[in-house]
Amino acid sequence: MTLSEYIAAALLVLGGFFFFAGTIGLLRFPDIYTRLHAITKADNVGLGLIILGLAVQVESWLVMGKLLLIWILVLFAGASVSHLIARRALQREGRKWKQ
Amino acid sequence: MEAITLLKWTFDTVLGLGLLWLAWRALTSTDLFQAIILFVSFGLLMTLAWVRLDAPDIALAEAAIGAGLTGALLLSTLARLQTAEVENTLPQSVQPSSKPQLVHWLLIIIIPLLLAGLGYAILDLPPYFEGLSGAVAANLDASGANNPVTAVLLNFRGYDTMLEIIVLLMALLGAWSLGGMPPYTDKPAGAVLDTFSRFLVPVFILVGAYLLWIGTSAPGGAFQAGSVLGAAAVLLILSDWRLRPTFIQRTLKLALISGSSAFITIGLLTTLYEGQLLAYPATYAGILILFLESLATISIGVTLGALFLREPVKYMESQ
Amino acid sequence: MNNAFLFALVGVGIFSLGLYALIMHDHLLRKILAVNIMGSGVFLVLVALAKRTGDALPDPVPHAMVLTGIVVAVSATALALILLLKVFAKSGQATLPDRCKE
Repeated sequence: MTLSEYIAAALLVLGGFFFFAGTIGLLRFPDIYTRLHAITKADNVGLGLIILGLAVQVESWLVMGKLLLIWILVLFAGASVSHLIARRALQREGRKWKQ
Repeated sequence: MEAITLLKWTFDTVLGLGLLWLAWRALTSTDLFQAIILFVSFGLLMTLAWVRLDAPDIALAEAAIGAGLTGALLLSTLARLQTAEVENTLPQSVQPSSKPQLVHWLLIIIIPLLLAGLGYAILDLPPYFEGLSGAVAANLDASGANNPVTAVLLNFRGYDTMLEIIVLLMALLGAWSLGGMPPYTDKPAGAVLDTFSRFLVPVFILVGAYLLWIGTSAPGGAFQAGSVLGAAAVLLILSDWRLRPTFIQRTLKLALISGSSAFITIGLLTTLYEGQLLAYPATYAGILILFLESLATISIGVTLGALFLREPVKYMESQ
Repeated sequence: MNNAFLFALVGVGIFSLGLYALIMHDHLLRKILAVNIMGSGVFLVLVALAKRTGDALPDPVPHAMVLTGIVVAVSATALALILLLKVFAKSGQATLPDRCKE
């Protein structure tokens, strides 16, 4: 294995860890707001690391650009959709979980 | 190499079990909203299964339609059911079983028998079977498309695609003649969704055009591009964009029939000049496929979006 | 040997689960969900069996059929859902009356 492959593997594993943690949060956290908080970590950081890991390995700039574009779109969509879900939950149910 | 094979088998087994588990949970969940969300996740796992089965064309379509559009349709129906039945939402959502016990026990006996029979029939098939892939590969050069799936859809079995687009149009006519989606009043969606859709719809159109263009040589094509366009239309409708009545009466109707009329026209012309339905002359095959695909994309996208249109009849009557 | 048979068997399983739910449930939205899941099972069997080509690319004809099928399934689902809303608007219930019991 070359150096770039080691870097890619490390980034992919780290990204996978963020997805894992985000999923545990999604399953274990008590209400919608904390769950959204957990899942955005997987979407933003986890996917970002995985895209970086893949981008290290690709040969052409075109593919790298497409990968980056996917990440930016997911960031944008994730933020907007989380906002919409949280807003609707607040309208319907109010704040539920309190320490 | 051994480790990779083992890893692939483990992944496929986990994916298969996950699909079965999600299907079961989606079908038995007590809450309908939860059932629909589970169905959407089932669609996303199906997308992974398509990728594992070397079917990227289907994976693209499933991600946009199976997981996206069907989920949106189911959720907007559920919203309309629940605003109307505020008090008795729960009893309707909870498990059924007004069916007699006898039916239940009969099914418990019959379905495993069916499962065993179908399973036996599948395992009895030869493990190597080329199907028509040899024939498709041999004629691919003459078809006008490099992607075998596009070649099958638009050339070798073009009549399938023609009829499919007509079926889509018929479904829309059926839905509209029943009044279409009933009105649904809710709080306005707000600035974030508005900005989101303003930004995203041009991106969707760009992605649709890209999928259409790349479809002749790589995974993609009219169906995938059309479903992305449809998703854009649904996003606009759900974020409360109003269409002008003149647009619905003229432009929309034209866009709806563009795909099927292009297919019928070219089908008639090829029957006259080539003696066979949709048998393209070799020199024009590529350009004809691109032409048909472009109009089919517009038709598919607009039809899928129009299924969400609220009270289309009102516009038609005001003519 | 590849994963074709594994996914074909999973497809049969999904189809059977959907069939059971289609018969057992009364709520029409659940029936529509069940039909969709049955359809996914059939698609899975078709595409999985197309992959029995060894190391070569899978047979593209079933792929094209399934692609057509997915679009037809969503249009049929939309029509069914609008019929369901019509039934609901007329009768106030999201189930069909059981004629055997009347």
